[in-house]
Amino acid sequence: MSNLNPISPSSDNSNGFSRFIKKFYWRDYVVYITFVVIFLIFSGSLFKMGFLSPNNLLNILRQTATISVMAVAMTFVLAAAEIDLSVGAVAGLASVTTAIIIGQFGILAGILAGLLTGVLIGLLNGFLITKVGIPSFLVTLGMQGVATGTAMWITKTAPIPIANETYTFIFGSGNVGIIPTLFIWTILALLIGHACLKSTPFGRQVLATGGNETAARYSGINTKKIKYITFVIMSVVSSISGMLYAGRLHSGRFQWGQGDELSVIAAVVLGGTSLFGGKGSVIGTIIGAILIGLINNGLILMGLEASQQMIVRGAIIILAVALTGRKTQS
Amino acid sequence: MTPAIIEMKRITKEFNHIRVLDHINFELLQGEIHALLGENGAGKSTLMKILRGIYQPEEGEILINGKAVTINSPSDSRLNGISMVFQEFSLIPSLTVAQNIFLTRESRSKLGLINDRIDEKKASILLHEMGVDLDPSLPVEQLSTGYRQLTEIVAALSQDAQILILDEPTASLTHTETMTLFGLLRKLKERGISIIYISHRMEEIFQIADRITVLRDGKNIITEQVQNLSIQQVIEHILGHKDVREIKKSTYLVDPTATPLLEVNHLNCNQEVCDVSFKLFAGEVLGLAGLMGSGRTELVQTIFGITPAQSGDIKVKGKKVRINDAKSGMKAKIAFIPEDRRLQGLSTMHSIKENFELPLINLRKLEKHKIFVDDHKIVALANGFVEKLQIKCDSIDKEIRLLSGGNQQKVVIAKWLSTEPDILIMDEPTAGVDIGTKTEILEMARNLANEGKGVVIISSELQELLSISDRIVIIKNGSIVDEMLRTEVKSEDKLHQIIQGAQASV
Ligand SMILES: Nc1ncnc2c1ncn2[C@@H]1O[C@H](COP(=O)(O)OP(=O)(O)OP(=O)(O)O)[C@@H](O)[C@H]1O
Ligand SMILES: [Mg+2]
Repeated sequence: MSNLNPISPSSDNSNGFSRFIKKFYWRDYVVYITFVVIFLIFSGSLFKMGFLSPNNLLNILRQTATISVMAVAMTFVLAAAEIDLSVGAVAGLASVTTAIIIGQFGILAGILAGLLTGVLIGLLNGFLITKVGIPSFLVTLGMQGVATGTAMWITKTAPIPIANETYTFIFGSGNVGIIPTLFIWTILALLIGHACLKSTPFGRQVLATGGNETAARYSGINTKKIKYITFVIMSVVSSISGMLYAGRLHSGRFQWGQGDELSVIAAVVLGGTSLFGGKGSVIGTIIGAILIGLINNGLILMGLEASQQMIVRGAIIILAVALTGRKTQS
Repeated sequence: MTPAIIEMKRITKEFNHIRVLDHINFELLQGEIHALLGENGAGKSTLMKILRGIYQPEEGEILINGKAVTINSPSDSRLNGISMVFQEFSLIPSLTVAQNIFLTRESRSKLGLINDRIDEKKASILLHEMGVDLDPSLPVEQLSTGYRQLTEIVAALSQDAQILILDEPTASLTHTETMTLFGLLRKLKERGISIIYISHRMEEIFQIADRITVLRDGKNIITEQVQNLSIQQVIEHILGHKDVREIKKSTYLVDPTATPLLEVNHLNCNQEVCDVSFKLFAGEVLGLAGLMGSGRTELVQTIFGITPAQSGDIKVKGKKVRINDAKSGMKAKIAFIPEDRRLQGLSTMHSIKENFELPLINLRKLEKHKIFVDDHKIVALANGFVEKLQIKCDSIDKEIRLLSGGNQQKVVIAKWLSTEPDILIMDEPTAGVDIGTKTEILEMARNLANEGKGVVIISSELQELLSISDRIVIIKNGSIVDEMLRTEVKSEDKLHQIIQGAQASV
């Protein structure tokens, strides 16, 4: 039956203005509303635990930075109607390669090694997805194993310490005044990502590709190339994120970033980007990422056990995504 | 007097406080073919979707066989014996023709499992009845637009409905299929089935309809017997004024010794384009005629680079160009308006502006500081085209899916005209466009030619082809089999015979 409705029947049931408000307002701004609501609830109920202390708030920002940065790039991937499940594993691998090379050849070589890790994996992902034609879901799921396995293998699963203080200052441990460098990285990702998606030809082409790939191709867009580029960017950004982990934790280890793909994708979808492509918002993504950090922090302050945290976090994410991410019929 | 099977009374419908239907009265008699006419955005599809249970009206009532009914869902509508062919296709691309036709009504084997064989047999009988040569086990995504349209029609016919609504069923059919469809509709009418028929093609209305109703700005302007009206009168009712314009037939004669604007030599692609050579001169409109499946669309898609040629060459202004994707086609200053606006022309979830800007952005024509897209310029340009083509919308930020079919088509045209091409290729550019705008689009193509550009047009409407082309080539099985000046073709019928004849003399 539903296939016979070119426009979903519910999308027009306009019994007045209130209906209209609910449908549109709620959908687009759900992440901001949820953010404010959760923030207020936590402020009230966790006030005594020091939720509102500047230290705690800065901590939230510090802890979410790695997710935020990856989520900005993931916004492009989802907007192009693709997905990348290898981001957490790539971050882990990059933290390891950076740590090893820094120890032997110094900071610059280390940073380059981390970036190169991202570039290589991105090229490989992009190649398999756009040239060979394997669905991104499968390619990146496989790549997740490959990257984590490589990281475990070359380190024999041991952490590689980083002693270089310039590196750890820039990538995550330092503060400029009271502002953590991790927060600066987040802002940087936000500004570049937002401008890129909203105002550059590349951003428009990503959205067009995700909206209707055939029509995009008929408009002269090389949709494969656009997708290829988004996968390379995604992996490079993941490797930067891995370097941030390495800086914050003064070491490289395969476990850094493990499982992050879920938080990253949840942040992006919470922020109003469509899982089915064609729509995306980098600002929403950042708010979504911080919201997830907020929830994590609140649950810890509440004194919930790790298992309980997982349940509550999962439920909140499903709820919020249900409100934003459902497919509107074309 | 024949009783009314459907009466719609004082139907009012609003979208976001904009009134689309304003106290419409509409009546369908038992066993009549009733044509519903009006400009793009007049509210025809909306009125029919109310009958089909997709929208609910704010006001008004619906009587079926004299009894008041409420239609809250498509299944209510089906229970009342109503079936509809939508203007926007509603087929599922990955399923086969037969699976689509019998969707939710599949035949079952003894074990209760779906049996595709039986449905395929039933489908092939139905298709045969329609005179359509189509394998029902093919997935719909492999079909061209015309065949999709036919599948859609067959699916609606197969439901044994008492009331059949056809929303622009012939927009992508050629003359031959249209005639078969009409034959079938007449048969259904004899069986007492009542039909509502929406179309922008005037000749069709006069061939098939008993009565007409004209909508304008959401109001019922007139309901009348067809024989009491002339084409001119109907057009006046639709437009609300006299149609004064007529396309000036060109008297232009090309100089065959000049360098052609576009020269195609021995082009081949996937057996669908077979050794095609032709020339297009500056100032000329070249019409491509042929039956459905003759390879017209494949030819122009190859020229534009959607499906790059495997051999042969293309010269633009005497210079050989390599066209291996749409972008290289665009760089050679070719623009291509594809036949299926919802699949190939537009991203329906995006706004008018977001669709309009794509070719220009891609050609890097709209950048400031070499990095960012210049939105001010795009908005100004887009608004200009909205006005010029009279695209009916509240703003250029309106999503395409909320526009009426004809207005969507105008967005595709605007999108490509904005690239200021030297060579404009149009595949069924006026499908679903109302007569006022149709004239305008054809005039625009003519003007482009008069400015020294070249136009290649595919149209299944022979009258349209004849009114705009300077020269016509006939295509069969992917090859050019005949070529003639427009002045050599005496009438529409003659052209039809030539096309048919070309096909017969295999
Ligand atoms: N779901 C919707 N939301 C908002 N506006 C809509 C919606 N559906 C239709 N409209 C508007 O209602 C008007 C009438 O649309 P409709 O599709 O009924 O026109 P139409 O007469 O069928 O035109 P066409 O000949 O182009 O198919 C148009 O201006 C259209 O933009
Ligand atoms: Mg319509």
